[in-house]
Amino acid sequence: MTLQECYAALGGDYAGVSSRLPTERMIQKFVLKFLNDGSYDLLLRSMEAGDYAEAFRAAHTIKGVCQNLDFTVLYQSSSQLSEALRNGFTPEAPALMEQVKTDYRQTVEAIRAYQASAGL
Amino acid sequence: MNRSILADMLGEEYEILEAENGVEAVSALQKYRMEIDLVLLDIVMPEMDGFEVLTVMNRNNWIEDIPVIMISAETAPSHIERAYNLGVTDFITRPFNALVVHHRVVNTTLLYAKQKKLVGMVADQIYQKERQNTLMIDILSHIVEFRNGESGQHVLHIRTLTELLLRHLILKTNRYGLTLADISTISIASALHDVGKISIPGEILNKPGRFTDEEFSIMKTHTVIGAEMMEAVPIHSSEPLIKVARDICRWHHERWDGRGYPDGLRGDDIPISAQIVALADVYDALTSARVYKPPFHHDKAVQMIVNGECGAFNPLLMEILQDVAPLLPEQMQDGADYVRTTQLEMRSVAQEMRHYEELSASERTLQLLEHERMKYSFFAAMSQEIQFEYTVNPCLVTLNTWGANRLGLKETVMDPLHNDKVRSILSGGDLEGLVRALRSTTPAQPVVTHECKIFCGDEERWCRIIARATWSADEPPQYAGAIGKAVDIHESQMKLAALERMASHDPLTGLLNHASARKRIIQRMEEQPDGQFAMVIFDLDHFKMANNTYGHIFGDHVLRFLADKLLESIRGADIAARVGGDEFLLFLEYRGELEPIISRIYHAISGCAYEQFPISLSMGIARTDLVGTDYETLFHSADQALYKVKRSGRGWYAFYDESMHDMLSVISPIDGSEGEEETADNVKKGEDNL
Repeated sequence: MTLQECYAALGGDYAGVSSRLPTERMIQKFVLKFLNDGSYDLLLRSMEAGDYAEAFRAAHTIKGVCQNLDFTVLYQSSSQLSEALRNGFTPEAPALMEQVKTDYRQTVEAIRAYQASAGL
Repeated sequence: MNRSILADMLGEEYEILEAENGVEAVSALQKYRMEIDLVLLDIVMPEMDGFEVLTVMNRNNWIEDIPVIMISAETAPSHIERAYNLGVTDFITRPFNALVVHHRVVNTTLLYAKQKKLVGMVADQIYQKERQNTLMIDILSHIVEFRNGESGQHVLHIRTLTELLLRHLILKTNRYGLTLADISTISIASALHDVGKISIPGEILNKPGRFTDEEFSIMKTHTVIGAEMMEAVPIHSSEPLIKVARDICRWHHERWDGRGYPDGLRGDDIPISAQIVALADVYDALTSARVYKPPFHHDKAVQMIVNGECGAFNPLLMEILQDVAPLLPEQMQDGADYVRTTQLEMRSVAQEMRHYEELSASERTLQLLEHERMKYSFFAAMSQEIQFEYTVNPCLVTLNTWGANRLGLKETVMDPLHNDKVRSILSGGDLEGLVRALRSTTPAQPVVTHECKIFCGDEERWCRIIARATWSADEPPQYAGAIGKAVDIHESQMKLAALERMASHDPLTGLLNHASARKRIIQRMEEQPDGQFAMVIFDLDHFKMANNTYGHIFGDHVLRFLADKLLESIRGADIAARVGGDEFLLFLEYRGELEPIISRIYHAISGCAYEQFPISLSMGIARTDLVGTDYETLFHSADQALYKVKRSGRGWYAFYDESMHDMLSVISPIDGSEGEEETADNVKKGEDNL
């Protein structure tokens, strides 16, 4: 699996990211680093605890990271979620949260598959 | 993660400090202020957001020296506008492009570096200009001196003296409202004081003998002529320098007593500039050689002036002249060297700057600072104590790493006085007490010591906080915060408490001993002079038999059992003690009827048994409302009541009344040294008492 194929699998824009980040090595490094980022766990925990200010920040961070790495699909859902939480809880938030969960899983699975095939 | 992408983009050309949130960012800014070339700031952050960081930077004027580039996924124009209003230099929206970020950072840092360099160059230029101005004035006045046949040193001496006197004057009084800039202007203008002499004919000016009246009146005109020359300066007549020079020219021969010339001004009607130059002029004339006199020694010159032999001066200036007298010979010599050395210095400094553009003075300072910081953090890590620095503005406390771990706090805590975690560590008013103590220090005595308990981890420990308040250099000084440390004194405090306990308690039963019970009882009665108290003394019937039959160890067990029973049946505020042997004391406060209370206590103890030994008590009670609150009388009375019980067959209790006044007692004289030799002691006592 190549990095391009990984991007295709997770619904990202490889052309976009490679125009902004200088080397493939750097892209690869941060794509793999995405697996260790704690923002998603923080999002889950704070949603469950009803701490929507914290949840907003976590969603916002995910959105920022996805934007930088051009993970388009997850970017869109996390962006919508963070807007829905910007001023506290809104009725749309739970459904958007489910969408983020689905997209996050898809993203992580694609990265893991890439990681395995590249023997990293 | 966003931070590490950025860090990677900037690469290794920069030294990057990362801050996880706004509070950390402010703390880093506070710590490294001058060394930070650029801040990349996000908006959405935990604890303190980007706008709040900008607000702090504005409040402390950091924003003027440190450029900020805001990087955020927020693209709303209102956010961008607000960021620019708060002084950010640039705003980059996500997703970032490596090339763009890199170039913007480079451009901004270069821009600021250039600006700083330009500020330095402008300062140099101004300095150069100023120096040239002074030089022109020196040349001009030197021409006058030259014509006067005096050495060129006179002008220089006058200027040095004028400046010296003025500097001491403003230390003494601000009556004349002089600023440092005024002092500089007056000192430069002083060189022109005799410029009017240029129009005095040479034969009068350089006449060796005394002037005739007519010659003297011509000579006097140099003051007015000098002033007119200044007034006639075509373009710059409103310049402070020209105005001051005019005053000095016209009035430097006026006298404090009004007998000078040309206008006969008196006292402070004479501008302070002219007063000072007049004094400097006289001093230099005395200490220089003239055609008609040798130079006087400088001590002699000061003495002559102060004695009023050379004119009349402002008494305040006389004081100042005496203050600076010891400095004068050296200062005058330095003044003469001044011109030569400054020129040499200027040249070599300029050359050095060209060679070592990179290593400027401020960079060396930074290196020294860095060294100090390294030293400090090394010792702070080694010392195993909690060290802190507190600033009022921004309101935050910074802890050393060890201390932060120990307390379970972050190294930087915003608004610590309202932080729940901090308040739980220093509770019960200790935090407020410490802050109050620090605020009421003075710059001369800024150190406070505060001993208190702190909660760290799950335990409570005694510690001693030693802190030094920091006061600003303002006038009046402002309280700016504090530095300090907390030393763990728990072990020694505990040892002290244990020793205190040991000294005040009976080791066998754990009750108070007689001496400390006595102290507490007296204290209680003094605190509540209107209280109703009773003193109870009792002993164990047939205790000697228990000792003899079952052994002394058994006897000790009985005493301990009795003490426990006693503690169970009394209230917390009552005072119970072992007086010695098998005698015990109880002191209690009561309201209403005393008898039922005594009866309850008596029956709670008497009548039960320890193993095979039946407990039976004899008890005597005295009331303060009958016998007063004198301790010895109270004790003695209870003792007499006990004696009565003993005499009438034991196993009961009796209240003291007047009829017992002359009775013998059981224990008297009162023995104050009981309690130390438990077993041997109780044997002895047991045998003594029946």
